[in-house]
Amino acid sequence: MLDGRGAIKRRAGARLWLSALWLGFVALCAIFAPLISPQDPLAQDLMLGRLPPAWMAGSEPGFWLGTDSLGRDVLSRMIFGARVALTVALLAGVVTCLVGSALGLVAGFYRGWADRIVGRLVDIWMAFPPVLFAILLIAVLGTGLTSVIIAIVVIDWTRFCRVVRAETLNQSQMDYVQSARIAGFTRLRTLLSEILPNVLPTMVALLTLEMGIAVIVEAILSFVNLSISTDAPTWGGMIAEGRLAIHQAWWVLVFPLVALFLTVLSFAQLGDGLRERFDPVLR
Amino acid sequence: MAEALFQISGLRLDVPDMARKPLFGPAPRLEILKGISFDIPRGAVLGIVGGSGSGKTTLGRALVRLIEPTGGEILFDGQDITHLPDGRLRGLRRRIQMIFQDPMSSLNPRLTVGRIIAAPLCARTGDARVAEALDQVGLPKAFAARYPHELSGGQRQRVGIARAIAMRPDFILADEIVSGLDVSSQAQVLNLLEQLVKELGLTLAFISHDLSVISRLCGRVIVLQGGRIVEDAPTRQLFEAPSHPYTRELLDAIPVPDPSIRW
Repeated sequence: MLDGRGAIKRRAGARLWLSALWLGFVALCAIFAPLISPQDPLAQDLMLGRLPPAWMAGSEPGFWLGTDSLGRDVLSRMIFGARVALTVALLAGVVTCLVGSALGLVAGFYRGWADRIVGRLVDIWMAFPPVLFAILLIAVLGTGLTSVIIAIVVIDWTRFCRVVRAETLNQSQMDYVQSARIAGFTRLRTLLSEILPNVLPTMVALLTLEMGIAVIVEAILSFVNLSISTDAPTWGGMIAEGRLAIHQAWWVLVFPLVALFLTVLSFAQLGDGLRERFDPVLR
Repeated sequence: MAEALFQISGLRLDVPDMARKPLFGPAPRLEILKGISFDIPRGAVLGIVGGSGSGKTTLGRALVRLIEPTGGEILFDGQDITHLPDGRLRGLRRRIQMIFQDPMSSLNPRLTVGRIIAAPLCARTGDARVAEALDQVGLPKAFAARYPHELSGGQRQRVGIARAIAMRPDFILADEIVSGLDVSSQAQVLNLLEQLVKELGLTLAFISHDLSVISRLCGRVIVLQGGRIVEDAPTRQLFEAPSHPYTRELLDAIPVPDPSIRW
């Protein structure tokens, strides 16, 4: 099956490298956070509250991006916040992808009762408002990084399941599945060695999107104070705090917001870029 | 005459006709094959011809048991495979191969040619049998590293043939394998198949809607119309003295290479 995608020549290079560069930078910040952050992200000093960024009048040396209302260094908190953001993106993204895709593959390939059960489950799941569902889950599980990851997986597996099921269903109609039967492959081998390679590009693209979404969900949960402890630095938590003092100290809101925006954008671009680069059919 | 490899008797197949299904109750059955009987002797090349909707593809897929017939009997090498479940069929699979009509769809687009040929053999890409099969269909060894979309239509169909013959099967079903190709690739693929039939002593069933293609290759022809066999004769006899009006119609449909004659 060849479609028009192969004929469209797009310059994915720049996008791929820019997004990889930003994500690499964020990852380095997250890994070496204690070494590179200029201040203690938790240290409060009311005397240093709402200091502006370094290039504005009234700033203090050592506080490059200013401080928040409690006198905590914005840059240091952003650097430590990257840890939470990336952990959530990677773990929640990967687990969601595995759970959703596995169910989607089984439902789309084996059809029958497996498809009916998974299909009904997805329908029921999607009828639930996701944010309320997350809040409910965290309320039951208690706050913490693990709860946030579990909440994202429990809510978002349907996204993978629906897309992967549709794609598997589509691929199952192809003659190469019939020729695998002729070759005497078992059903499971057909699914894993013939269909999976054709669904994988879709899964990778979705996975990177999901990583971006996971970062946003974590930010939303932080925003309503349901992520990790209120004191711990997260981008969403900083945005929530910054909102209260937006007229006096815009930097507390804006810098984490920019970091969040760039990260989510980069994940999405990375997915597209990887697909175009490593998919043999598109190359 | 040699012993029969395939013995088909009274083969029937019907499917539920969903277009005419009443709101309640079961859908009426739509008969596709209405009792078909014939033999394929070992080493024979049999042509199955018919217009569209005549049931020739369905008949082919029932022969290789991609679909299960509703009635009748298929004996392969003396063994009844009519209703054999998939698991028990697996042992026989390597003896019955098939070449598909559309090589773009029947070759997995994300596997290399080498893997496509090697996988049914449970071999590695570098296996000698892969190189041998590629050589037999006239493709360079280097093609093993290519993806199907990097090949031309004729080359893709050669890969399909290579995959089938690499298994050293007793029987190959070729379902409209040249109908998607342009005339010169058609000729090349047919020449190749003709040569392979001679070299390897293949037993082949060749499905086509085009009698001119059949005449090149087959010793005997079955003409299908509406799920029934209307004529079963040696190729020469069929071309010289067609007994059924439908066969005559098909013969007249072969284009004449003369632009001044209107048809």
